[in-house]
Amino acid sequence: MIGLPHYLVLSSLLFGMGLYGVLTRRNAVAILMGIELMLNAANVNFVAFTKFVDPTFVRGHVAALVIITLAACEAAVGLALIINAYRHLETVNVDQVDLLKG
Amino acid sequence: MNAEALAFYALAAMVLVGGALVVYSRNLVHAAVSLVPTLLGVAGLYVLLHAEFVTAIQILIYVGAITVLILFVILLTEGATGLRVRQRNEQVPLALGVCGALVVLLWVVLLRVPWGPAAGPLPPYNPGAVGRSFLMPYVLAFEVTSLVILASLVGAIVIARREE
Repeated sequence: MIGLPHYLVLSSLLFGMGLYGVLTRRNAVAILMGIELMLNAANVNFVAFTKFVDPTFVRGHVAALVIITLAACEAAVGLALIINAYRHLETVNVDQVDLLKG
Repeated sequence: MNAEALAFYALAAMVLVGGALVVYSRNLVHAAVSLVPTLLGVAGLYVLLHAEFVTAIQILIYVGAITVLILFVILLTEGATGLRVRQRNEQVPLALGVCGALVVLLWVVLLRVPWGPAAGPLPPYNPGAVGRSFLMPYVLAFEVTSLVILASLVGAIVIARREE
């Protein structure tokens, strides 16, 4: 029988993977992909809690839908920023974008 | 092992293998393409959790839009995402330690809490319930989200535009 703990273990593994990508990648696009993995892990938790703990008002579904929308917004703005940085600096590696470093 | 458990483990394997490829792959195009099975696996988990509407939105927005957007940007910034560029920084051992510790901490905390039984059954027809939830108790979240969409739409156009 698949219960809440299965989903919690899976989503924490997915979250850890996304965090690893964010921490180790140099490319800004790859960092964005790591963030998407982390957001998906949070969404799995929301939907799982809706089914197993608090199903009456499907609050978790509402939260998951809001998060998906905000992830799309974040991807659009983030990728626009990356394109702009690439146009000016010829790089998208976050450790080479250091104009503010004294 | 019943069908639900079988489906869950298959989808979990799909999600985790896809996620590992997203994080480890040296070729960024491979990483972005392996985002697709990961997100589809998550959509399958939503089906198992009786969240059909969230599944549809996940496939439409994540698999359909965000992945394509990411692929476009990888192709547009080819000079920096090429295969000859080093893709990893010097923090790999540290990051492994931090992520491992965080996952273990999450397991310890989440699995110890007695979550209790469900307070009731899921509403039978999900999209209607979600729509009512959005328009009655959570209308503020709904409106703020639409404002954020508008702002990010304008912002993305202004930032990505080539200035003369």
